[in-house]
Amino acid sequence: MINKLWGFFIIVGILFTLLMGNIESLNDTILTSATSGVNMVLDLLPIIVLWSGIMKIAEESGLLKRVGNFVKPVLSKLFPSLKKDSKALGYITSNIVANAMGLGSAATPFGLKAMEEMQKENENKDEATDAMITFLVLNTSGVTIVPTTVIALRLMHHSNNPEEIIITAILATLVSSIAGLTLDYFRRRKRK
Amino acid sequence: MNTISKMIIPLFVLFVIFYGFRRKVTIYDTFLEGAKEGLITVFHIFPSILAMVFAINIFLNSHLLETIFSLASPILQKISLPLEILPMAFVRPISGTASLAIMNEIFTNFGPDSFVGRLASTIQGCTDTTIYVLALYFGSVKINKTRYALSTGLFADFVGIIASFILVRLIFG
Repeated sequence: MINKLWGFFIIVGILFTLLMGNIESLNDTILTSATSGVNMVLDLLPIIVLWSGIMKIAEESGLLKRVGNFVKPVLSKLFPSLKKDSKALGYITSNIVANAMGLGSAATPFGLKAMEEMQKENENKDEATDAMITFLVLNTSGVTIVPTTVIALRLMHHSNNPEEIIITAILATLVSSIAGLTLDYFRRRKRK
Repeated sequence: MNTISKMIIPLFVLFVIFYGFRRKVTIYDTFLEGAKEGLITVFHIFPSILAMVFAINIFLNSHLLETIFSLASPILQKISLPLEILPMAFVRPISGTASLAIMNEIFTNFGPDSFVGRLASTIQGCTDTTIYVLALYFGSVKINKTRYALSTGLFADFVGIIASFILVRLIFG
């Protein structure tokens, strides 16, 4: 999938730019995108390193397991293939809670740890498991309760009520998460 | 709302450290151990981020999307869909920065409290950079065969966009 998508972006992008005759901007894009990639990693680096450290404490102290236990009844229904005491459940919970609070960048390290834990239980190392797909569907359908960036931007543009969109965002998120999880459920069952 | 979300991170850190301390975990050494693991994670995801940024930049800077939407604008006006929202919706799965930039433009041109402004805010809040997230997460554990992950994720985003349109109409009129 990523294979095809990656090729598609590059091939279509270059061909269309050439067609429109913007050779100079194309050169610019190719030469500078490595730098913007590095900048992106540099933005992520301190956050991931810091939160991995803090989360290690949560893991060693047993906190992560306790949080996982707390939401287990709900989560284990969504992730039937994960073992009940799986560390992945704890990380999935942390990721979703951080995402819901609009702390996207703090959520990433938890998500990466969750993937790592699920990969340990994966028998076919280059293929996604059911649990991974459910997790990513849940994650990307965006369980956002407080869209912090959007509110900040609305405030900047002198909105009369920057927070008013929280209601519509929560409801829309609910609809999209349920739609995504339902489709995921049927596709998972169809395979068996 | 804002103060609550500002309190979450400090309280979380406080709680984790306090809990670890009470459970007699060697917090400093454990932190270093975890941080080292984090560094390895970054090392592993670096190539996939670089690869994705490279491809996405080439695609976005070709302005193919803008060209397609300007061609399709007569049809879109008929179904009373605000044209400005489409490039944002299409860019959203691949780049958070790019879709925020488009939303900023919508706010400047129409105001955040206009129909398009509210719609853009809602869509931004209920969707995610699905393609980027999948590339990053699957890349970090070296998974190539992603099965039905992408189409399911994009389907959820699509439903979210339609729901946003209906909800903003219903709630704000």
